[in-house]
Amino acid sequence: MVRGLSFELDAGRALQITWPNGAGKTSLLRALSGLLHVESGSIHWLGRSIFGDLRAFHDDMAFCSHEPGLKPDLTIDENLHFAAGVRRRCNINERHAALARVGLTGLQDDPARRLSAGQQRRVALARLCLQGATLWLLDEPAAHLDAQGQALVSQLVSEHVRAGGLALIATNQPLALAPDISDELPPARLAARAGPA
Amino acid sequence: MNWVWLHRFGSPPYFYRWAGRIVPWLAWPAALLILAGLYGGLVLAPADYQQGDGYRIIYVHVPSAWLSLMIYTVMALAAAVGLIWRIKVAHAVAASCAPIGAWFTGVGLVTGMLWGQPMWGTYWEWDPRLVFYLVLLFFYMGYSGLRSAIDDTTRADRAAAVLAIVGAVNVPIVHYSVIWWNSLHQPPSLALTSKPTMPASMYVPLLLLFLGFTLFFYAVMLTRARAEVLRRERGGNWIRAALETTR
Amino acid sequence: MSGVKTSAPRAFFLVIQRDLRLAFRRPGEWLQPVAFFAIVTLLFPLALDPEPARLRALAPGALWVAALLSSLLAIEFLYRDDGRDGTLEQFALSGQSFASLLFAKTVAHWFLTGVPLAIAAPIAALALGAPPHSLSGVLLALLLGSVSLSLIGAIGAGLTLGIRRGGALLSLLVLPLSIPTLVFGARATELAIAGASGAELAAPLYLLGALAVLGVTLAPLAAAAAVRISLE
Repeated sequence: MVRGLSFELDAGRALQITWPNGAGKTSLLRALSGLLHVESGSIHWLGRSIFGDLRAFHDDMAFCSHEPGLKPDLTIDENLHFAAGVRRRCNINERHAALARVGLTGLQDDPARRLSAGQQRRVALARLCLQGATLWLLDEPAAHLDAQGQALVSQLVSEHVRAGGLALIATNQPLALAPDISDELPPARLAARAGPA
Repeated sequence: MNWVWLHRFGSPPYFYRWAGRIVPWLAWPAALLILAGLYGGLVLAPADYQQGDGYRIIYVHVPSAWLSLMIYTVMALAAAVGLIWRIKVAHAVAASCAPIGAWFTGVGLVTGMLWGQPMWGTYWEWDPRLVFYLVLLFFYMGYSGLRSAIDDTTRADRAAAVLAIVGAVNVPIVHYSVIWWNSLHQPPSLALTSKPTMPASMYVPLLLLFLGFTLFFYAVMLTRARAEVLRRERGGNWIRAALETTR
Repeated sequence: MSGVKTSAPRAFFLVIQRDLRLAFRRPGEWLQPVAFFAIVTLLFPLALDPEPARLRALAPGALWVAALLSSLLAIEFLYRDDGRDGTLEQFALSGQSFASLLFAKTVAHWFLTGVPLAIAAPIAALALGAPPHSLSGVLLALLLGSVSLSLIGAIGAGLTLGIRRGGALLSLLVLPLSIPTLVFGARATELAIAGASGAELAAPLYLLGALAVLGVTLAPLAAAAAVRISLE
C-alpha cells in the first residue's frame, strides 16, 4: 500500500504518476476518488475534506478506470447516453460532437461489441468529456491506443487543463504534456506546496 | 460527539491486555456456576411427576437455546460497531462469536431432538422452536461461509457485518413467521417450558446454568478474539512486547 | 463542458430504461427463469401421482418453492456484468445516490423476473388443479412476494459480488432470509386455492405487503453497502 504521500494540485495543472507496476498507482487514484478507504490521512477538495460531502465531490470529478464500462449489446450512442446521462444531461448533438472529437465519427449507431480495445478506450474518453467534471482521474488513459490515439489523449488533457481543469494521470506511458501545465509525482513523500483550485 | 474513547478501547494492544485480564474473572465463575447448576439440576432437583428424569435435559437445552440467540445479538452489535466506526477489534469479536453461536445452536437443536424422542415419540417434530433454531443455524453458516469466501480480511469483515445486521433485522421476522406458520398447521405441541409451578429446587439450578453458560460464552469469545487479534496483527511491534510480558 | 446535473429521479429512470433495453436485446436471458419456474412446477405432478385433489393440496408449496428457486437463479446475475465492466464503479462515482441507482437496477430486475413469474404462476396453478376463481389471489400473492424476493436477493447478490463460484453461497445467504416471504406467500396461495376471500385471504396478503414495504425501505441501503464493500 501507499504511505507517506502528500501533495496538492492547482487548477490548470496536470500531475502524472509514473510509478512502476505494483507501486500503487491505481490504489492511489481509487483512494483519491473516495472508492477506497484511506487508513490514515485526509483528502481535500476546494479546501474541504471530500468525505464530508462525497457526492458533491463526485459531481466535480470523473474517473476513467481500466474497464471502459461499455455494454456490448447497446450502440455506442446509447452507451454514452446512459453512462454520461446518469451524471449530466447531454443531448445527441453533444454526444456526436464528443465522438467526433475522439475520432469515432459515423460509428455512433454501431453496437459496442464490434469495437476494438483501442476504440473502446476512445469511447471512454468521449464519456469523460461528456461528464463535465473539473477533476479528471485517469488510470492508464493511453492503454491499447495507437500513436495517434496517445496524441489525442495528450491533446484532450492539455485542452482540459488549459481551460482551468485538473488532471491526475496514472500511467506507464507518460503523456506528452507541455512542462508549464504538467508535473510528475515522485514515489516518495512530496512536500511541494501550492494553493488549491 | 467524540468517539476517541471508543477507538482507544478498540486499539488492538489495549484490547489484548484488557481481555487477557478479564478472561479468568469470567472463566472461573462460569466453571463454578455450571458445576453447581449441574449438581443441583441432575442430583438435587426432584424428578418431574409427568416426565420423570427425562426433563433434566432442559438444564442443557434451555441455556444453549438462549445463548444461541444472545450470541447472534452480540455478533450483530459488534459487527455494527465495526462497520460504523471502522474498529477492527469489533470485527474480530464478531468473527469469534460465529462459531460459538453455531455450536450452541447445534447443541440446542440436538438436545431439543433428544428431548423430543420421549416426549413426542419422534426426534424431529415440526415444532416452531426447532424450525427456528434450524434456520438460525443456517444464518450462522451463511455468515461463516461469506467470511471464508472473501480473501481480503477487511472486505470479509465489512461484508459479513452487513449480513449480520440484515440477519438481525430478519431473525425476529423469521421467528414470528414460523410461529404463525405453526399455529395454522399444527395443533399446539407439547410446550417445552410450560411448568408454571416449577419448584425452586428445579429452577434455581436452571438460573445458575443460565448465568454460567453466559459467562462461559464471554470467556471463550474473548479468548478467541484475542487469538484473532494476534493473527490479524502479526508482525506488529506491540505483539512481541505483549507476548513477552505475559510469557 | 456545460450541462445541467441529472436529477435523482431522472437518473433512476435512466438506469431502469437501460437495464430493460439491455434485457430486451437478449430476451433469452430473462425468459430462462420463467421457463425454469414452469419446468419445476411440471416436475411435481410427474414425481408424485397426478391425482387432482392431491395436486391441489400441494400446489401452493410447489408454486412457492419453484418461485423461490427461480428468483434465486436470476438474481445471481443482477450486478455481475456491471461489476465486471466497471459500470458499478461509475455509478458509485456519479454524484448520484448509489443506493438509488442500485435500487433502480433491482426494480428493473423485478419487472423482468418478478412480474413474468407472477403472470406465469396462475397458469401453473391452473395446471395443478387450482379453481379459476382463485387465480387473482395467486397472482397478487406472487406479485407482492416477488418484490421481497428481489430485494432480499439484491442484498445477497451484492454480498457475493466478486466471489468466485458464489452461487451456492448466495443460496445459503438468501434462502433463510426468504423464509417469511415463503410462509406468508404459500399461506395466501393456499387460502386462495381453498376458496377463501375477504378478510381471511387479506391477512397473509397484508403481511406480504408489509414485508415488501420493509424491504423497499431497508434493502436498498443494505445492498448499496454490500456492493460498495465489494468495490473497495
